[in-house]
Order: sequence, then structure tokens, then C-alpha cells
Amino acid sequence: MAPSFDTLSEQDLHEEEEEEIDFSDLKEQFDVKLDEGLDTFVVIDGLPVVPEDSRQKLIKFLLRKLNSVGQASEDAVFMPVTDKGMTEGFAFVEYETPEQAVAAVKQLHGVPLDKKHTLSVNKLMDIERYGREGRIEDEYVEPQVEAFKEKEHLRSWMGDSQARDQFALYRNDKVGVFWNNKSNPPENVVDRAHWTQLFVQWSPKGTFLASVHPQGVQLWGGASFSKQKQFPHPFVQLVEFSPLEGYLTTWSSRPIQVEEGQPILTYEEDGKNIIVWDIETGKPLRSFVSHDLAAGPADEGEVAPKKKVQWPAFKWSADEKYVARMLQGQSISIYELPNMNLLNKTSVKIEGVNDFEWSPATVTRDGVKQYEQLLCFWTPEIGSNPARVAMMSVPSKEIVRTRNLFNVSDVKLHWQSQGAYVCVKVDRHSKSKKSMATNLEIFRVKEKGVPVEVVDNLRDTVINFAWEPNGSRFVAITTGENPAGPAAPPRTGVQFFATEKKGSTAGNFKLVRTVEKKTSNGIYWSPKGRFVIVATVHSQSSFDLDFWDMDFEGEKVEAEKDLAANLQLMKTVEHYGVTDVEWDPTGRYVVTSASVWTHSMENGWNLHTFSGTTLSENPTEKFKQFLWRPRPPTLLSKEEQKQVRKNLREYSKEFDEEDRFAVDIANTAVVETRKRVLNEWLAWMRQEKELQAEEKEALGLPEDVDSPQAAKDAPVGGQEQGDTVVEEIVEEIIEETEEVIG
Amino acid sequence: MRPILLSGHERSLNQIRYNKDGDLLFSVSKDKNVCAWWTANGERLGTYAGHQGAIWTVDVSPNTVILATGSADNTVRLWNIKTGDCIKVWEFPTAVKRVAFSPDGSKLLAVTEKRMGFLGSIAVLDIAYGDGEGNNLDVQAEEPSLRITCAESKATVAGWSYMAKYIIAAHEDGSVSQYDPKTGDQLENIQAHEFDHQINDIQFSADRTHFITASKDKTAKLISARNLAILKTYPADTPLNSASITNKKDYVILGGGQAAMDVTTTSARQGKFEARFYHKVFEDEIGRVRGHFGPLNTIDVHPAGTSYASGGEDGYVRIHHFDKPYFDFMYEVEREQLRK
Repeated sequence: MAPSFDTLSEQDLHEEEEEEIDFSDLKEQFDVKLDEGLDTFVVIDGLPVVPEDSRQKLIKFLLRKLNSVGQASEDAVFMPVTDKGMTEGFAFVEYETPEQAVAAVKQLHGVPLDKKHTLSVNKLMDIERYGREGRIEDEYVEPQVEAFKEKEHLRSWMGDSQARDQFALYRNDKVGVFWNNKSNPPENVVDRAHWTQLFVQWSPKGTFLASVHPQGVQLWGGASFSKQKQFPHPFVQLVEFSPLEGYLTTWSSRPIQVEEGQPILTYEEDGKNIIVWDIETGKPLRSFVSHDLAAGPADEGEVAPKKKVQWPAFKWSADEKYVARMLQGQSISIYELPNMNLLNKTSVKIEGVNDFEWSPATVTRDGVKQYEQLLCFWTPEIGSNPARVAMMSVPSKEIVRTRNLFNVSDVKLHWQSQGAYVCVKVDRHSKSKKSMATNLEIFRVKEKGVPVEVVDNLRDTVINFAWEPNGSRFVAITTGENPAGPAAPPRTGVQFFATEKKGSTAGNFKLVRTVEKKTSNGIYWSPKGRFVIVATVHSQSSFDLDFWDMDFEGEKVEAEKDLAANLQLMKTVEHYGVTDVEWDPTGRYVVTSASVWTHSMENGWNLHTFSGTTLSENPTEKFKQFLWRPRPPTLLSKEEQKQVRKNLREYSKEFDEEDRFAVDIANTAVVETRKRVLNEWLAWMRQEKELQAEEKEALGLPEDVDSPQAAKDAPVGGQEQGDTVVEEIVEEIIEETEEVIG
Repeated sequence: MRPILLSGHERSLNQIRYNKDGDLLFSVSKDKNVCAWWTANGERLGTYAGHQGAIWTVDVSPNTVILATGSADNTVRLWNIKTGDCIKVWEFPTAVKRVAFSPDGSKLLAVTEKRMGFLGSIAVLDIAYGDGEGNNLDVQAEEPSLRITCAESKATVAGWSYMAKYIIAAHEDGSVSQYDPKTGDQLENIQAHEFDHQINDIQFSADRTHFITASKDKTAKLISARNLAILKTYPADTPLNSASITNKKDYVILGGGQAAMDVTTTSARQGKFEARFYHKVFEDEIGRVRGHFGPLNTIDVHPAGTSYASGGEDGYVRIHHFDKPYFDFMYEVEREQLRK
């Protein structure tokens, strides 16, 4: 920071009056750091002390280590020698670039050279800065060890006796966390105004709630939602957790400007957009400049479309051991955790690469024994080469399966949640590029040789696709020619697919049913599978939610007999202006919501059961976000889960009893309060009457002081009451004659 | 019973009032005419013509002899209900937003608007009823007997408590105040509703010991006339224009809807143009009546509690006669109370 008038203290001002001004302390304090060209130097300590003769040998030995992070030649290592002809146990090394020097400090510091010696590597600049006289106290002061403070249990919410789920609700400028109480109003845990600036986000296993501020990201957790960790990324806009909550990626469109005195960010982060943080330590692991996605081709005469942010920029493998980022059209860089080094020090060059996805679970392929993580990527047609979808095994970087495709417009990769299948949704154009159609190419990852099955009986283009979680069924939404006019939402068809029953292995994928003439565009599977909501969201005119059951326990349609599904529409619910659908982590409840971020009409959220029974409607002004708190995976073994399922009846009896009891208590409470309120009211009325009578007496007013003044044409109430004249007209037919004339 | 639709006005309704017997209903709207209706069948009895501007307010003397109206033409007029003649005109410097007869009909208060440098005020006028035969009704005092000036926040609506002991006024800033009608002193002032949310209506219970206020802050409150203690709160999800306390049954009826200027910018379903019934004691919402296609501006209840009427921004008045289930409906605790 440059010295400015504001930062001068009172004392500094007085000093100026003296003749000989001593600037040394100020100079020290506000020394503008010049680019001294020393950024490339590091000091290595902890070397063995050797005679001058073997110095060269040691340098050579040392260089092997040094060159693992950058380029340093023999000349660049300066190892001073004492009068006695012995080295001093340290050396100065000059790297080619400052980045290499930084890398050396980061990666070689604390690395053993041999059994007896451990390197300590520091930047020359740092030694200059910190090692100067006076900067270090001469006497050792024992660092103060902070007293042990018990931290809150980060998973306390899992111990709820009724196994209820929590959710975060962001409306207006308040964020609250609540317990879901079915049809009763939710129970508040915390509610804080201005808790976040942009949005809130749960970590994938529900341990932390992240709030986003201009200063950075703050994680909250524990029973009282206390501060847990801070990640000071200035002007952060996007946040992404790694799947096991070990790491956090933050992004800001503004390059970071690191100022001195910042405790956590260092010069390394200067000018970067993305930081990968270690959540445990709260320190940045590595930072990056973001690659923008190439914008779509600009139409003639139009302004070039804005560049898109590639997000998530870093995609994590299922076990968090690797994280990868794509440079569109060129390469995929895979980094190893926890040190964030590039795997084998090189990016994987893939010409034209357009997108990639990791397998969401660690898969074991048939006949493959060693550890691997799989990722799938695709490249478009380049010149005469066909488009290609390929599967890569990491860490070997071996391509284990590829498939060539023609006439490709776009490809989307959909992994099934267990990594058993990848569905490659291929949008193909006809030769004339006038009409479009979609192919679904399904890679069966777990089967020998990864066979590919093609589902191509789709006439139209598929606009949405979703796998059943942990299942082998999927839903696709197709759309044909759209009717003209922006008012009418596009007509869509909903197609349900399932496998044929074929012994233990899943058979071919077959269409179960198509529901035509819908406007649906969203597919929301229950996290436990079986149930799926097909909805029309973000629409102006229709907002229906269809609740489907894929394993209906009723009679099956004959034609679908050999398919592993029994489709049944359970209910259709409407929610005006619905924008989001969120299943709770247990798949028991689902919340549909209309957020003010999309439109400002009838914002709020509705709670339904999995089968579409609406439990509560909660119109909320300026409603923004509804997020269920995710749950960590169950700790029960497969057998134990089976046991629970078997004895479900027994358990449910117990819980039903509890529910009834709770309802009883609630009802009695309501009745009691009503009784109290009514009695209070009647007492108040009596008291008022007495007081009034007293007042009247005191003032000598007649009892009927409030009655209207006499006026003859309008009789005062009470005189003629009761004397009502009722006029009744009764018609009776006495006789009827019929005469025939002529 | 099917509601009776009264379509005699060309513009939005501003206030409707039943007379004390409940056989007549008077309505005023922005179209300068006062209409009188038979409540039993919705037939129009007649109109009272003479105002030069939108009529904001109307009240009937307790003996149904004189009708008072206040208008944007800066006048308060008295009418002979029977003949339709205008019997008195009082000029004020600004528009008159509310008139109300005292319980015995001997006094009339008029709330005037704050405009053109004039502060809002409440004027009290003495009313004479001639010889009691309907003659000489036009002999009225020229000057108000009392003037209360609202320096802080203008009064929007006002009314009389039991025995005309207090004048209760509600203000633009959401506060409610209690005045002495003899001296004009302010006795009490409470911030009943959210600050800066105008109170649009004030109506008294039959015994005038308590009253209900309807405010832009989306709530209605039941307040004691004696000490302005807030007894009950009825939350709604839309700004409220009017609120009324029913007799016979312990209900309150609230009416409102999004502001008239916003109606055309959003979908009809968002308007919330419904009359809402709440239980007066338990504060629970117990029902809604739809029908208007604009915000409800005014609601009044038959003095005997057998019907209610609502007037809307849409220019219609709807009279709803209550059916049997309305009278039968009772909370279990109420029934128990009754049995005792």
C-alpha cells in the first residue's frame, strides 16, 4: 500500500517539524516494494555442510530436486564457502521465472533431501523482509496456546428424534433455517436479517450453510449455525463444493487484487478469478484465471453474444482425488488432490473438446482391477473427422471407449448416479440442416467392453433428460415443431423408458409410454427413485406438476408386461408461476416454489407429499430461495437397511402412534387457548358494560342516551316493532271448464 | 342466497351505509350521485343529485331522517331522505373525506383533507331535526361547533365512541387518536398500524365500545374505544380498504385488494378481491366471498347482522344475505359456552 496522508499518525505529523526528519520507520512501514528482480531467488537451508571439493556434487544432487518444479541451471545455484573451505549449509538458487520460485517454496519446503537433512526453502524476498534486524524478537516468547473450545456438533440435526429435515428459506433480506413439520407451520431454528448478500447454499452433505458476501464466502454450521470457516474471496459470485465437502471453489468476474496485510491471500492469487480452497484449513490451495466458454457463433448483423462463464469450472471426481478443468477446444487439465498438482505435469490435449463429465460414483468396470475414475468427454466434427464421445480412465489417462458420431449439432452427457450408465444425448441435424432429431446412445459402463445401446425411436428433439437416481430408468421430454407466436408454450411429449426384465442383468431400454400434448419442461426425480415429477416451470401460462409412480402396486398394462416399470399418474397439481421443484433428501416431501428472482407474481412455496397431496401453501413476499438441507449418506449397511425395510410395518405403527399423540396434544392446546381467549373476551365485554353504566350514572344520562333523537316521521326503534303486517296473496283455482267451440 | 348486484353507479364506490333499520342502503361513488336502495330486493329507491365532485363519504342519521354526504367539491350536504331535497350545504376549504353522525344523531363530524396549505381537520356540526314532523329540517347551524386540527398527520377517517364520549380518528401515518368532543383536546394517540401505512376505514361495534381499523399495512385491528388498547389483530395478505364488525355473530369482514393503480398490471388471480371473514374473538380466517373484479373499497353490515354489502372499485355494490349455515356455524368452545 502506498503511503497516504490518511495513514500517517499524529506523531508522524509532529516529527515533521524537526529539522532532521527521521523517515526510517515510515520508510520501513510504507516501503514501496520495487520490483527488485529478486522474485526468482530462493534460499535453501538445511543442506549438509560439505568440503569445497564435493560442493559441485552436492549442487548436482540438489538440482535434481530443484528441477522438479522449475528450471534452474548449475550456474544459478550459489553455495557460499567459508574461510575453512566448507560450505555453510545453505544455497541461493535463481529460477527462470518468479512462478517457479513460488512453486519451489510451496512444494520443496520441508521435503527431506536424505535421511539426515530436510530442505527449508524460502523466497529471498521473504528472508529480506522478515529476517531484517529488529523484525524478530531476540528472546523467544512462547506462543499463546488458545484454550480448547468445544465446537458444536456439525451433524446435530441428524439426531432429531422425529427424523425431520431442515431447510433454508431466503426471503426479502432474511434467511432462516426451519424444521419441516409436515402440514403444521415449520419450526424456526434461526432467522437472521442480511445473512447473505447474494444467495445461500448447503454443502453437498449438509454440514455447512454457505453465505455469500462481497468480502467472501462464510460457512455456518452446528446446532446454532455459528461461524465455521471464512474464505475471503473478494466479490465472489459463484460457489461450488466438492462432493465430499473437502474443498470449495469460488469464482468472481473481477480479478483479485491482493493488498498487503491480507492474512490469507498472497501475491499468488493476484489477478486470478478462481480459488480452490481447502475447507479444513481455510487456506487457498491454488488459484486460476478463468477460461470463458467460447460464445456461440454470432449471427450476422448481431452484436457478438456475451461470453459465458464456464461453471462449474472445476469438476470433481467422485472421491475428490482429482479435479479437472477444460480449456474449451483444446485440453482437459486434471489436478491431483490434495496438493493440486497437474496429473503427470501435463494437461490432456484433446482437440476440439467441448464438454466433459466425471462419473458421479467410483465405478468398477468388468475385468478391471486397478483403481480408476472415469470421465467422459466429447468433441465435435472437425473437418472430415467425425464427432467423438470418449471415456477416459484416470489416472492412466487411457481412453477406454470411444464412439464416432455424424451430423452432430450438440451433445449432452448424462451419467447415471451410480455411474452404471452414461447417456449421450446426441442432437443431430439432417444433411440439409433443416430438421433436427435426437439419438440417445447409452454406454453400459459396468458391462464387459462397455457396450453402447442406441435408442433412436425418438422422432423429435429431446429438450430434457433425467436418469432415475440409483435406477436404470429415465424420462425424456421431446418437442416437435413449435407453434408460432411467443405466447403459446412449446408443445412437448414426455417419454418414460425402462429396461426389459431379463434375469439379473438389465435388458435393453424400451419406451414404456409417451404422454403427448404436454407443456412440461422439467423432470424432477425423487432422490430415492421410483417417483418422478414432470412439471412445466418458468412458464407464463401453464404450471402443472404431474406426480408419477414408476412402480405402481396395481395391475399392469399387458403391453408393458416385460418391462421393469409400472407407470401410473398419481396426481396433477397446479402451482401458479412455479419456478423450482425441490425434493427433500429422503424423498418424502417435495417443495414447489415461485421465486422473485424469476418473476414477482405470487411468490412463495408449497409443500407436497411425494404423491402430490398438498400439505401447506406459503405465499411469501419477496421469496427467493428454498433449499432442503442435504443428508450425508446412511451409515447402515445393506443388510441393516434390508432389515429396516422388512420390519417397516412394526416401526410405522410406533410412529403413527406418536403422530396421533402429537395431534391430540396440539388439538387440546388449541381448544384450551380458544377457551381462554373467549373467556377473556366475555370478561372484557362485561367490564365495559359495567364501566359504561357507571359513567352514565355519574353523568346523570338516561339509559338510552345513544338512541336516536325523536322525529315523528321516523319512529324511534322499539315502538312499532312486532307489529308487522304480512300481506299474503293466495291464488286458488276453483273451477276449470273446457269448452269446444264450433 | 345469491347476492344482489346493484349496478347504479358509473364509477368506483367510495362508501356504503345501511340505515339503522337495515331496510335501506345508501351508496356514494366517484360519479357525483348518491343512491338509495331497498336492501330486501335491490330495487333503487332514488338518487340525491347536487354534488359537483366525487362523493367520498355518506352517513345516515340514526332515525333515518337526514342523510349527510361529504364530497371532493369541498362541501358537506344534508339531504331529506324522504323527499330527496338538499337541505343544507356547508363549504369547507378542502375535500371532505368522512362524515359520521354521533350515536344520538345530534352531531355530525366531518374530516377534511389536507391540501393547498390547509391542514387536515375534524369539524363537528350540530344537527337539528326541525319540528320532528319532517318540517324545517333546513334550519341548521351555520358554523361548526368545534374544529380539531390535525397538525401532525392528517386524519383519514373518524367516528364516535359510545355516548359520544370520544371522537376516534385514524391517521395517514397509521396512528389512531382519541379526542374529547367537547374541548377538542387529544387525549390519547397510539401507533396502531405500521408507521406510514394509511388507515382506510374505521367502524364501530353496535355498542360502540370497540372499533375496527383497516390499514394499508395488510392488517385490521380491533381496538378498545375507552383506552385505545389493541384487542385483536387480523392479518391479511393484501392492503385493506374496509373492515366491519358483524352483529349477532362474532365475526369481522375485511375487504381490500391490491391498489387500484396496480390492478391492470398483474393477473386477476393476484388481485385478492375477496371479502374475508374472520372470527372476531379467535382471529382465525373462516371464509372468503368472491365476486368483485376490482378491489373492495367499502363494506357495511346490516345492523341486525342478517346481511352485508360491499362496494368495489368495479362500480358494483353486492348485497349478500346470510344463509342458515352462517348462523349455525359455531366453534366448539362457543357452543359449550352457550350451553352453560
